[in-house]
Amino acid sequence: MRLRCPLCGERDRREFYYYGAEDYLHRPAADAALAEWDAYLHLRDNPAGVTRDLWYHEAGCSQWLLVTRNTVTHEISGVELVAERKA
Amino acid sequence: MRYSGLRVITEGLFGNRGWTPAWREPSPKAEYDVVIIGGGGHGLSTAYYLAKNHGITNVAVLEKGYLGGGNVGRNTTIVRANYFLPGNSEFYSHSLKLWEGLEAELNYNVMHSQRGLINLFHSDGQRDAFVRRGNAMINQGDDAILLDREGVREHLPYLDFDNTRFPIYGGLLHPRGGSARHDAVAWGYARGADKRGVDLIQNCEVTGIDIENGVVKGVQTTRGAIRAKKVGIVVAGRSSQVAAMAGMRLPIESHVLQAFVTEGLKPVINHVVSFGMGHFYISQSDKGGLVFGGDLDFYASYAARGNLPMVEHVMEAGMTLMPMIGRAKVLRSWGGIMDMSPDGSPIIDRTHVEGLYLNCGWNYGGFKAVPASGWCMAHLMATDQPHEVARKFRLDRFATGHLLDEEGTGSQHNLH
Repeated sequence: MRLRCPLCGERDRREFYYYGAEDYLHRPAADAALAEWDAYLHLRDNPAGVTRDLWYHEAGCSQWLLVTRNTVTHEISGVELVAERKA
Repeated sequence: MRYSGLRVITEGLFGNRGWTPAWREPSPKAEYDVVIIGGGGHGLSTAYYLAKNHGITNVAVLEKGYLGGGNVGRNTTIVRANYFLPGNSEFYSHSLKLWEGLEAELNYNVMHSQRGLINLFHSDGQRDAFVRRGNAMINQGDDAILLDREGVREHLPYLDFDNTRFPIYGGLLHPRGGSARHDAVAWGYARGADKRGVDLIQNCEVTGIDIENGVVKGVQTTRGAIRAKKVGIVVAGRSSQVAAMAGMRLPIESHVLQAFVTEGLKPVINHVVSFGMGHFYISQSDKGGLVFGGDLDFYASYAARGNLPMVEHVMEAGMTLMPMIGRAKVLRSWGGIMDMSPDGSPIIDRTHVEGLYLNCGWNYGGFKAVPASGWCMAHLMATDQPHEVARKFRLDRFATGHLLDEEGTGSQHNLH
């Protein structure tokens, strides 16, 4: 598997650290209800098909990436910078 | 048909013409008392114990592929009871006791071999952790022996004791640990359940769960609708998809875990051995193949096949620990879909739907749990009460904070 980092180009999977589903981008407020924190930390759609998840280019540009890929075929259809997405 | 040594000899003398199929191939009935979704190890053992322990025999096991074609047929076959946390410890202890009587119970040779499991440690801190774990195992009534470096050498003389980067300080020996023939476990439970009247229905994929006013009424399948008073979801890596049919979002992320087997060799590794400085574990099957594995590929996947970096890592760890296996040829590798939970422990519980029960979250430790998982799931489905040794495997424990994080690695699904 290879990921095309928007800054570094196509790189080997070993350069990247997998964190988890896109849900991690939606951190609840500190005083949010416990159910929201439970959902944020634990509950997942876990699709068999297209998913979006967070990867960290730890052996490259140290950017967090939002990767769109297929969990059944391992096909990668998009990689974007989390930093640009938020801006 | 009862299996015995005499039967094997007799059949051998008469051309093996007397053997009959181990189970029927029934068509689904319109209604059952209990429907189990998933014909893997856990689903089949649940059906078996529903019939055996609770007298509930109007049961169907629905399997979308063939029986035992999922994770129970693709794992590294390790059986152990070396857990630490209350909640896990008593459950796996119960499971090991069931394993020890399983062949007589099922009249089926599951080739359970208590050859001893040795977890190696490589630092003072790791030794302390294993001393603590060993004491927890002894307190639970199971067995654990702390080996020093020379003790390990007596058991495993072929390890690289000269490795200075990962020196072997000793190991924790669990003499009752070992391995079993994975397929035979599924087949044995299938045969036992079938004999007691359970319908094992293959090539039957569940496509929907019928719920009326918060009560389960049955399932929709590729072979038609089937009504049921109770439904159990026992589908491991596919738990999220099936639970979604009942409107649930689970604390599960599915990951691929690879395993490997070499060509058959003469007996050389007599134990199950795990390396403490890289995720690597190995044993030798009775057929002679070295069966070994490592860690997850680490990204969510349903592909049932992995990528090369983890292949490389596992081979490196094996060569670091026991260079003698370097000339063995790897025959094949495969991947299983692991239902990873946020604390590394399983779920056996009711759901918000009356009559719908959930069994999932086995991470990559589901094989050894097959007997107790079925035992406890059957108890839950028959009595509506959790079994004593599985009472902490609650679905709501993530929301309430009563986690069972055996490895202490936090809530990230792939770190367990």
